[in-house]
Amino acid sequence: MPYAINVNGTARKVDVDGDTPVLWVLRDVLEMTGTKFGCGAGLCGACTIHLDGQPARSCITPISAAAGKRITTIEAVGTTVPGRTIQHAWVALEVPQCGYCQSGQIMSATALLATNSSPSDADIDSAMAGNICRCGTYPRIRMAIKQAAKDARGNGKGA
Amino acid sequence: MRVAMEREPDMSPKVFDTSRRDFLQASLATGGGLLLAFNVPARFGSAMAASTVSFAPNAFIRIDASGKVAITVAYVEMGQGTYTSIPMLIAEELEVDLASVRVEHAPPDDKLYMNPLLGFQVTGGSSTIRAAFEPMRRAGATARTMLVTAAAKGWNVDAASCRAEKGEVIHVPSGRRKKYGDLTAAAAALPVPNDVSLKRPDQFRLIGTPAKRLDTPGKVNGAAMYGIDVKLPGMKVAALAISPAFGGRLRDLDDAAAKSVRGVRQIVRLDDAVAVVADHMGAARKGLAALKIQWDDGPNAKLATADIVRDMETASSTPGAIARQDGDFAKALAGAATKVEAVYQIPFLAHAAMEPMNCTVHVRKDSCEVWVGTQVITRAQQAAAKVTGLPLDKVTVHNHLLGGGFGRRLEIDGVIRAVQVAKQVDGPVKVIYTREEDIQHDMYRPYFFDRVSAGLDAQGNPSAWHHRITGSSIIARWAPPIFKNGLDPDTTDGAIDLPYAVPNVLVDYVRHEPPGIPTAFWRGVGPTHNIFVVESFMDELAAAARKDPVEYRRALLASNPRAKAVLDLASQKAGWGRALSPGAGRGVSVQTTWGTYMAQVAEVEVSQDGDVRVRRIVCAVDCGIVVNPDTVHAQIESAIVFGLSGALYGEITLKDGRVEQSNFSDYRVLRINETPAIEVHIVKSTEAPGGMGEPGTSCVMPALANAIFAATGKRIRKLPVANQAARSDGAPA
Repeated sequence: MPYAINVNGTARKVDVDGDTPVLWVLRDVLEMTGTKFGCGAGLCGACTIHLDGQPARSCITPISAAAGKRITTIEAVGTTVPGRTIQHAWVALEVPQCGYCQSGQIMSATALLATNSSPSDADIDSAMAGNICRCGTYPRIRMAIKQAAKDARGNGKGA
Repeated sequence: MRVAMEREPDMSPKVFDTSRRDFLQASLATGGGLLLAFNVPARFGSAMAASTVSFAPNAFIRIDASGKVAITVAYVEMGQGTYTSIPMLIAEELEVDLASVRVEHAPPDDKLYMNPLLGFQVTGGSSTIRAAFEPMRRAGATARTMLVTAAAKGWNVDAASCRAEKGEVIHVPSGRRKKYGDLTAAAAALPVPNDVSLKRPDQFRLIGTPAKRLDTPGKVNGAAMYGIDVKLPGMKVAALAISPAFGGRLRDLDDAAAKSVRGVRQIVRLDDAVAVVADHMGAARKGLAALKIQWDDGPNAKLATADIVRDMETASSTPGAIARQDGDFAKALAGAATKVEAVYQIPFLAHAAMEPMNCTVHVRKDSCEVWVGTQVITRAQQAAAKVTGLPLDKVTVHNHLLGGGFGRRLEIDGVIRAVQVAKQVDGPVKVIYTREEDIQHDMYRPYFFDRVSAGLDAQGNPSAWHHRITGSSIIARWAPPIFKNGLDPDTTDGAIDLPYAVPNVLVDYVRHEPPGIPTAFWRGVGPTHNIFVVESFMDELAAAARKDPVEYRRALLASNPRAKAVLDLASQKAGWGRALSPGAGRGVSVQTTWGTYMAQVAEVEVSQDGDVRVRRIVCAVDCGIVVNPDTVHAQIESAIVFGLSGALYGEITLKDGRVEQSNFSDYRVLRINETPAIEVHIVKSTEAPGGMGEPGTSCVMPALANAIFAATGKRIRKLPVANQAARSDGAPA
C-alpha cells in the first residue's frame, strides 16, 4: 500500500511494502543518495536520519514505522540551526576524508547538539560510538562537535 | 561548490587523437580553451609499463575562455586528499587560486594518465605525491609559460618582463594585465616549450600551506557522488548471493518465492552466484532472503584457517628465495654471545571500506558503460571488455569518489561480477554487495608466518639477523612481470631495508599461496606485516640486551640521521621514560618505508582482566617536502586508527571453506570511544616527498604491541591483540 511520508518538509507518497527500509526508499525510490548504506544492520550509522528530530538508523527502520513522522536527511539538515552549525565546524576543521560515513556522522552529531549545548567527551562518545569511520576521522569529529557547541553558544549569546 | 564531482564529469572536451599523445602538446579545445596534455616517462623502468605503453601523458589542464581552470586528476580521491594536493601542485606553478580550480575524474587511459612510479593508471602504494610532485608542477609551469608568452607577444614586449599572478599575466614595467581566459586561443597556437623553470621551495606560496580541501563542501551536505550513488533512467538494483565457500558453485535454485516479492524483476544465475534484480535494494534483499539455494561447496568445502597455518608453518621450515644477504648470517650467529628467535603470525584481514563494493553496468548490443569508484580504472575497462567480448573502445568507464579504498578497489572482481549480471539484464543495473557479501567475498590481506632470529654481541647489539617471510605474493598475481626469481618487492618491503646498522643480514621469502582464499593489498601493503615483525623483534632484542627500547634503537641509527631524528622527536614529545601508573606502558617503533621516516610512541593501559585501552599515540614524521600539512596530519590520524583496528581486533577466519565473520558485529573496527589522543609532529624538510597514506598504519602496530609488553610483560607475537588477553597483573590469561 502507498505510504504517505514527510521528507525534509515535503509530503511524498511511496508505493512499497511496509517492511522496506527507509534507507532504500530514500536512495532508490526518491533518489536522495546523501543517506548512505554501510551495513544494513544498524551497526555502523552511515544511514542515520532524523525521525521527528531523533536520530534513527534508516537501514533497519521500516517505512511503515516512518509514516506520519517527519524524516530529515543530510540534504536538508543544514536548514536547521544545529545542523548548519555542525556542517560549518566540519568544513572548518576539515573532518571528512573519503567522506562516505560523514552524512551519518553529521546527522548523529546534529542530534547531539540539538539536545546538549555543551557535550562532554563522554557525551560525544555515547552519541557517536554507533557511527563507524574507516578513515579514522574520529579525533576531528570530536573537535568539530566541541567547536560547533562553542559556536552555537556564541551565537546564542549574540542573539 | 568548487569540485564538480556531484555530477558526471563532462568527457567530451577530453577526447584526443591517441596517435598524437606521445608529445607534450597544446591544442585549441572545443569552445576556444587551451588544452594541455603532457607526458611523463616512466622513471623506474616498470616492467608493467614496458609491456603496454611507451610514453605516457598523465593529466591535463583545461582553461576555458572565461578563465576557468579544470584539472583532470589521474589519481583517484579515496580520502587521502589527492583532489586537493594535485591541484595544489599545478596551481602553484600555473599561478591560479586553488579555490578557482575545478577537479574532474580522469577517464581510463594508461598513456595519458599513467602513474610513473607504477607504470599504469593506478592510485595506491602511497605513491601519488611521489609520482606527481614534479610532473604536475611542470604541467602547471608549462601552461603558465605559454600564457605569459602569448601575452608578451600580444603586447609586443619581452616575455621576461612579464609575470603571472592569480590567473592573469602582468607586464611589470607598464602594469598592463591580461586574464588567462583572454589568452587561451593565442597560447594554444604556440609551440610547447621543452624546458620550463620550476620554483624553488622557498618560492612556494601554496605548497606547504594547509590548503582547504576542495572536496569537503560536497561531503557535508550529501552532494558528493560515490559509485553507489549513480542514478540512471530505468536502472535496476541487484543484490548478490555468492557461493559462501571459496571455489563453490551454484547447484540448485528455487526462486519461486523470491520472484513473488514485490519489486523483484529478475533472478540472474551465475556459475557461482545468484543476483536478485529489483526496483530497489529493499526488494532485492527481501528477494535474496526468499531464495532457496543449494551450493556445491567445491574443493575447499572443509578448509579451515588452522589447515592453512599448518601448511604455512611447514613451508616456512625450508629456505626461501634470498631477498637480501649481507655478510654471513650463519657464521655470525654461531659466534654470537646471545641468541634470540621468535615466530610471528598475522591474520587475514578484510578491508571493510564504508562504501560496500558496488558497480553499475549497462550492457548494450554494441557497447558497455560502467559506473564505479576504482583505483584501477583501465583494468576495470579491460575487464568489462573481456566479459562482454566488446572491443576496448566500446567500453566507457565513469569513475567516482571512492568511499574508502585501502587497496580493495585495486581489484576488479566486483566489476567482473557486475558485468556478468548486467549481460543478462535489459537496461542499466547497479550491483551492490551487502556488508555480509563485502566481508565474506573480499580479497584479503594475506596471512603471514614469519620466523626471525638474531645473534647479539657481547654489548647486546645485533651482529646477525635473519627474517624468513612465508605467505602469499600479491604481486605475482597483480603485476606478474614484477615477480622475479621467487621474489616480489612488496612482500619483502620493510624487511630487507632495515634502518639499523646490522652487519650480517639474511632475509628470505617462501611464497606460499593458501588454497581458496584470494589475497590482495591492504593499507600498508608489505610493510604492514614486515614492520610489525621487525619492530616487535627489535624490542625483543632490546629486552634481551637489557636496554631501553629507544636507546637501543638510537645507538643503531647513528648513520641514519633522518630516522634518528624522528625517533628522538617522538620519544621526547611522548615523554619517554617518564613514570606511568601501574598497568600502563609505552612502546616505540621506527620505520623508513615509502620514502618517509616515521617513529611512533604508543601509550596503553591494560586492565587486570586484559582489556587494552590505547591512551595516546605520538607520531613524528619526516616525509620530505610537505604539500598540504593538514592532509599529512589527517592521513596519519587516519592510518593510525586503521592500524589500531587491525592490530587490536582485525581477523578473518575460515571454517568449512567460508569466512566466519560477516558484519561490523564480528569484524570489529575502532570506534570513537576507543580512539586515543593522536599527536603528529612534522619535521621540516626539503628532501623529496615521501608517501603518506600508509606509513602510519604499519608503524602503529608494533608500537602498540611493544607498549603492551611494557605494561604487562606479555609479548604479542600474533595478531590481533584481542585474542590473547594480556593481564597487567602477570597472571595467566
